[in-house]
Amino acid sequence: MSKSNFTRRGLLKTSAVAGAGLALPTYLRAAAHSGYTNAPSGSTVTIGFNVPQTGPYAEEGLDELRAQELAVAHLNGEGDGGMMNTFSSKALKGNGILGKKVTFVSGDTQTKSDAARAAAKSMIEKDGAIMINGGSSSGVAVAVQSLCQDAGVIFMAGLTHSNDTTGKDKKANGFRHFFNGYMSAQALAPVLKNAYGSDRRAYHLTADYTWGWTQQESIAAATEAIGWTTVENVLTPLASTDFSAYIAPVLNSGADVLVLNHYGGNMVNSLSNAIEFDLLSKQVNGKDFEIVVPLYSELMAAGAGDNVKGVIGSMNWNWQLTDEGSKAFTKSFGEVYGRPPSNSAHTCYVQTLLYADACERAGTFNPCGVVEALEGFEFDGLGNGPTLYRADDHQCFKDVLVMKGKQNPTSQYDTLEIVEVTPRAQVEYAPDHPMFAGGELGKCNPGA
Amino acid sequence: MLGLNKRDFTLLLIVIALAGLAPFLLNPFPEGSAMAQFNAGYPDLMQKFVIYGIFAIGFNILFGLTGYLSFGHAAFLGVGSYSCVWMFKLLGYNVMPGILLSILTSGIFAYLIGVVSLRRSGIYFSILTLAFAQMSFALAYSVLSNPKFNLTNGETGLQVYSNDPQWLHSADKPDLPHLFGLSMRATHEMQLGAWEFQFNVGYYLCAVIMVAAFYLSIRIFRSPFGMMLRAVKSNNTRMYYTGLNARPYTLAAFVISGMYAGLAGGLLSAVDPLAGAERMQWTASGEVVLMTILGGTGTLIGPVLGSGLIKYFENIFSKINDSVLHSWFSFLPDGMEDFMVTIVHPFVGKGWHLTLGALFVLIVIFLPGGLVQGGQKIRGLFTGRTEAEQAAADANQSTPAE
Repeated sequence: MSKSNFTRRGLLKTSAVAGAGLALPTYLRAAAHSGYTNAPSGSTVTIGFNVPQTGPYAEEGLDELRAQELAVAHLNGEGDGGMMNTFSSKALKGNGILGKKVTFVSGDTQTKSDAARAAAKSMIEKDGAIMINGGSSSGVAVAVQSLCQDAGVIFMAGLTHSNDTTGKDKKANGFRHFFNGYMSAQALAPVLKNAYGSDRRAYHLTADYTWGWTQQESIAAATEAIGWTTVENVLTPLASTDFSAYIAPVLNSGADVLVLNHYGGNMVNSLSNAIEFDLLSKQVNGKDFEIVVPLYSELMAAGAGDNVKGVIGSMNWNWQLTDEGSKAFTKSFGEVYGRPPSNSAHTCYVQTLLYADACERAGTFNPCGVVEALEGFEFDGLGNGPTLYRADDHQCFKDVLVMKGKQNPTSQYDTLEIVEVTPRAQVEYAPDHPMFAGGELGKCNPGA
Repeated sequence: MLGLNKRDFTLLLIVIALAGLAPFLLNPFPEGSAMAQFNAGYPDLMQKFVIYGIFAIGFNILFGLTGYLSFGHAAFLGVGSYSCVWMFKLLGYNVMPGILLSILTSGIFAYLIGVVSLRRSGIYFSILTLAFAQMSFALAYSVLSNPKFNLTNGETGLQVYSNDPQWLHSADKPDLPHLFGLSMRATHEMQLGAWEFQFNVGYYLCAVIMVAAFYLSIRIFRSPFGMMLRAVKSNNTRMYYTGLNARPYTLAAFVISGMYAGLAGGLLSAVDPLAGAERMQWTASGEVVLMTILGGTGTLIGPVLGSGLIKYFENIFSKINDSVLHSWFSFLPDGMEDFMVTIVHPFVGKGWHLTLGALFVLIVIFLPGGLVQGGQKIRGLFTGRTEAEQAAADANQSTPAE
């Protein structure tokens, strides 16, 4: 072992040297730039894609990542331009954003609030990301949104369906293109009434966390408005994989509709259990028993296989839509990846374009300028028809799709069919609607 | 000095130097260079290094000294986090009350769990702690987050809202966690040529606390109390035969290490005011066990190194995506480039768990004493002493190098 003596003099000397080093000409990044976090200084601008790459929603996340890479290529003028050609705003020129080439970094949210925030922070603090996009869970979206508000960057939420994201947890720096539980309920209710009548008794199984509660609340309210009765609402732990114990009591409850407020793996399992119990061939109160899954996704439908046949649910967007924007996006996504995009992929792709477009129109990357450009922005050509980003709560309003499991799927991607495109007016609500009350948007924060 | 022998004092100084100079040490590559990918000197990760260092130091007091393997330490981390955020919500954004309360509540919590769990030892103890931690997780995740009694805000995570009371908050204080007005987020950036170094208030607060926690742990290791805990580890039954009741000692160790975990949890909230339930999940408990074993169980510095290694992998390797790989191998001809990317791809990005797992296996097989043993081997190459001699020398200095 080497002998080293720590003397007072030595220590003083060392600290003096270290102090001098620290006092060397230094500067604060924010002061040198134009007064906002991570202002791009070179010829490139970095955006961050924060998606689940591991965990239960990994597949969803990977599809989001594909779409975002495609969006970056299109922004930089590579590929066929996709939806940039159909977008009603023509500010984007295919030369990046404001003349700067777009680069991106990605992080793994692991579908955990903590990990998602760590990934977002590292993209903001280390890589200088000016915007965070993506994600596949409401809990994560709310957590990352508040982080971005504090850090002074823009957040675009990805797949998040809880009313809270633009309700009590809304933030000025955050925007959501995806629809929410309330809108699902409003879109589903008339279709359910047509299909199953107005005298039904519904039994809810609900994932026991924020998203589940807000969706259940919305669906119960909307179906009660068309004359249905809510027999019972049973909360199921999120970690459950076997729902048999929850399905068995459904038959004895006198209910004739089962509403599964579940998502992802939960939904696949609960639906499969319900099918195993042969619920769909039962007759209750003289009516056929039915199952409703308020929030659908392609990946879930693929996971549940044959079990989704005839089951009704809602979606934000689907690749089978026939408007020009959807066709252009499905085509360029298909050419690159050999598969149709999922609805969360669409959301992330569109959000990237919308962010870039807002920067162009604002003429700056400053989050406050971007927020101003996005607030109250009306556009068309990105699927779902004329769309509005409402200024009051940063929720996007557009047509909502009601879907049904296809009886005779022609391919593994062709599992759902569009039953109805619910017009935007029918799913709109007042910003101070009780289900969205509480919380404040606050002021946009440019950071620094 | 400071009641430490010279060797321990040197170790303390090394830890102080590492913690103080971390912004330099962790950013060895110039900004914009290809290697900048491996820089870890940004506030969030540096904070994680020291905070999980504290967590692992505390865990090591229990596991390293008494040999009781707790699989439920994440529960204390979570309790600490929630306590701290509740202080933010009720009192205001000053971090001091939050950190103090988090130590206190996790101490009480650890006492309650410890009283029950320590009635058994070995695998039964591990299972009991695991059960308690999973119970706490379930409570935090759903039971205590119903709209009527919302203590934890469930999956979303507990955060501060603008309509919270914040009784001690005044308009001149920042609207973010702060230490008597000094914002945790405040970062001083220093440009030296192509290098950029970030000095963050939150990091330095955590680093100072980590050094204090490390000092306390040295004192515990060297105290008669620490000796008693080692006796528990080497032969608990014999302790009982000699008429000594070991339970109060193990319980004290359990509570102390629970308080360390609570402190770490409080600091996590102090630098980032959101407490999520995932912090209490069993994977988080397992992580601290890995950290301690990777670094070297029962050694003083080992847990700190282990936690650093795991957090580095989690945050740096997970961010290497395919486009980064392509830029690395772009000098190769096209076919070769794609081939190399395909080979490396499973080990980086979302595959970081795989790399870490492989590393863990290698370390456990070839360096059962963890990174600290690796360090001794390297030192042995220079001094010409074998590892065993060195370990013996270390043992004489009363550092078990197991």
